[in-house]
Amino acid sequence: MVERLEHEVEAGAVPADGEAVQARLIEILAEVAATARAPIDLSGEPAVLLMVGVNGTGKTTTIGKIAWHLSKEFGLSVVLAAGDTYRAAAAEQLAEWADRAGAELIRAEEGADPGAVAFDAVEAARARGADVVIVDTAGRLHTQTNLMDELAKVRRVIAKQMPGAPHETLLSIDATTGQNGLRQAKIFAEAAAVDGVVLTKLDGTAKGGIVLAIADELGIPVKLIGTGETLEDLRPFDPTDFANALLSEG
Amino acid sequence: MFDQLSDRLQATLSDVRSRGKLSEGDVDAAMREIRLALLEADVNFKVVKTFTKTLKERCLGADVLGSLDPGQQVIKIVNEELTGLMGGTGSELAFASSGPTVILMAGLQGSGKTTACAKLARFLRENGKKDVALAACDVYRPAAVDQLVTVGGRVGAHVYEKGTDADPVEIAAWALEQAKTERRDVLIVDTAGRLHVDQELMEELSRIRKRITPHDVLLVVDAMTGQDAVGVAESFAEAAEFDGVVMSKLDGDARGGAALSVKAVTGKPILFASTGEKLEAFDRFHPDRMASRILGMGDVLSLIEKAEQQIDEDQAAELERKLRKNQFTLEDMLQQMRQVRKMGPLSGILGMLPGMGAMKQLKNADIDEGQLDRVEAIILSMTPQERANPGLIKGSRRKRIASGSGTRPQQVNQLIKQFDQMRKMMRHVASGKMPDAQQLAQMTGGAPRPKVRRR
Repeated sequence: MVERLEHEVEAGAVPADGEAVQARLIEILAEVAATARAPIDLSGEPAVLLMVGVNGTGKTTTIGKIAWHLSKEFGLSVVLAAGDTYRAAAAEQLAEWADRAGAELIRAEEGADPGAVAFDAVEAARARGADVVIVDTAGRLHTQTNLMDELAKVRRVIAKQMPGAPHETLLSIDATTGQNGLRQAKIFAEAAAVDGVVLTKLDGTAKGGIVLAIADELGIPVKLIGTGETLEDLRPFDPTDFANALLSEG
Repeated sequence: MFDQLSDRLQATLSDVRSRGKLSEGDVDAAMREIRLALLEADVNFKVVKTFTKTLKERCLGADVLGSLDPGQQVIKIVNEELTGLMGGTGSELAFASSGPTVILMAGLQGSGKTTACAKLARFLRENGKKDVALAACDVYRPAAVDQLVTVGGRVGAHVYEKGTDADPVEIAAWALEQAKTERRDVLIVDTAGRLHVDQELMEELSRIRKRITPHDVLLVVDAMTGQDAVGVAESFAEAAEFDGVVMSKLDGDARGGAALSVKAVTGKPILFASTGEKLEAFDRFHPDRMASRILGMGDVLSLIEKAEQQIDEDQAAELERKLRKNQFTLEDMLQQMRQVRKMGPLSGILGMLPGMGAMKQLKNADIDEGQLDRVEAIILSMTPQERANPGLIKGSRRKRIASGSGTRPQQVNQLIKQFDQMRKMMRHVASGKMPDAQQLAQMTGGAPRPKVRRR
């Protein structure tokens, strides 16, 4: 990116003064950030969303927020699948969010097969004519091959219940994550065909610059950003705002 | 763990080592490489600057350049400085002289506090503190209290909780009173994750700290945090005056930036490292051992400690007796295998051996634990008589064992053959003769070679 800017300044396309260069830089950054942008696909009946990510990046919270927006703002009926059967009380956490968002929750006991939960949820949603199913999964480090294989299996199981599903697989990335975020995205994309990134915890000082590298190298766009702990704190990603924030101080 | 950083530093240092004499230019070049390696690993740039500066000064000292083996000296210095960067040696938790020791846990959302609480409770119980209790002060995140109650139950720690309607400061104070009257040894206080820029919550944390005056405040830091780690640590140092750090998610392929920066910026050491999904995956952090691991010098000390924890001395003595009398059976082999496997996945154990990092064929390779599972299954499908006397195993028995363990008769045969060879060799060792090279080759040639799978 820097090369491109240098090139343009040298060629005289951009005047060589500070402000103009910065403005152009923001443009370039925004352009990269906008790579492969596409809205979240909700055309399926029901549309199946799968949420994946490393431990503690905010999957469950993000699902709660998405469910709330879909049901309160768009009037869609939402079914949540508590596919994190590993962590203690993960299903309770999702139940609380389901309650707040007015969504239905499909869960199984701890230690149950996450694929089975997802399967049941999609089945239930089809039976009831729900609009959207969002499947939660347990957090997993991308280095744990067996857990990544499990994720691929969850996808296959969902596809068995409903060909073409999941229609959208979202990867949550913590904005404070460093260079490691790129590895996370790469390996999750290999295992679970990630369609988009949800950049969480942007309300801190971290700016999540790593998503630029993810968009640039892997062609996976950011679709949503999380900016706080309440239900409303979820927004569509705006590349220009993001580029501006990236370069601003503090 | 820190593979990338490790590779680059090792490459740089092996280049230095291969030179007979070092010029100032050589040192400069090496420092440049080290600086780049650290920056790429997300280490804070200020930290990198000071680090390479001290390093260079020490390396250019007369005693290094003039010594017979300057390369070796440089490696020694890098090792020492890396150790220093991560906290030196000898940092410990502070314990109360009387009454419960109070430990307050703080950190960002999703850094792994609740899990770390349970893991720490388990660790302390394993290490002489009988009665460890937890206090559930995360009233914000849905189901955080449930989570703590569940994991607390798993590690045998009592959990003090008042649901989510009470004020966290009050819960903490109440839990402390309870812990005192009930004479607990340790009280670990879990708090809600908070962003370091959230004034209100940071003040709440500081109020909790003042109210319960903990003996230790621990900051939980996600090992994958980037440059932001430093700002986070600084803010928490101010509000919570933490004494030490718990590094979580160290089992990922984090580059090590957070681990290498936090101590330098805040002066607080990393006390514990969390390295896996299981509650046992938690241990003291040893900067010196981590430094030698990063430099590919292995971590034999940790390996020995692990082995000591898992291996029962009586069993070992019994085994030795059997070996001497040549009464080693398949049953014993099964026990042995299980003990070794209790130490964790084989790939983790290999990582602690010196020089293993440099072995190309093991790099990025998964050791197929399934092979070991199959051996276990085969032995488990045998009757006690068969285990004691594998000579019994002929046609129909073999078929039964194979179908019982889901393997093929050939695999059963192979295992028995290996076992026989093992016994033969042991007889030699027991009688004081060293096995000759040919026998050893037979052994390893026939042994279930770990299948190496490229990722």
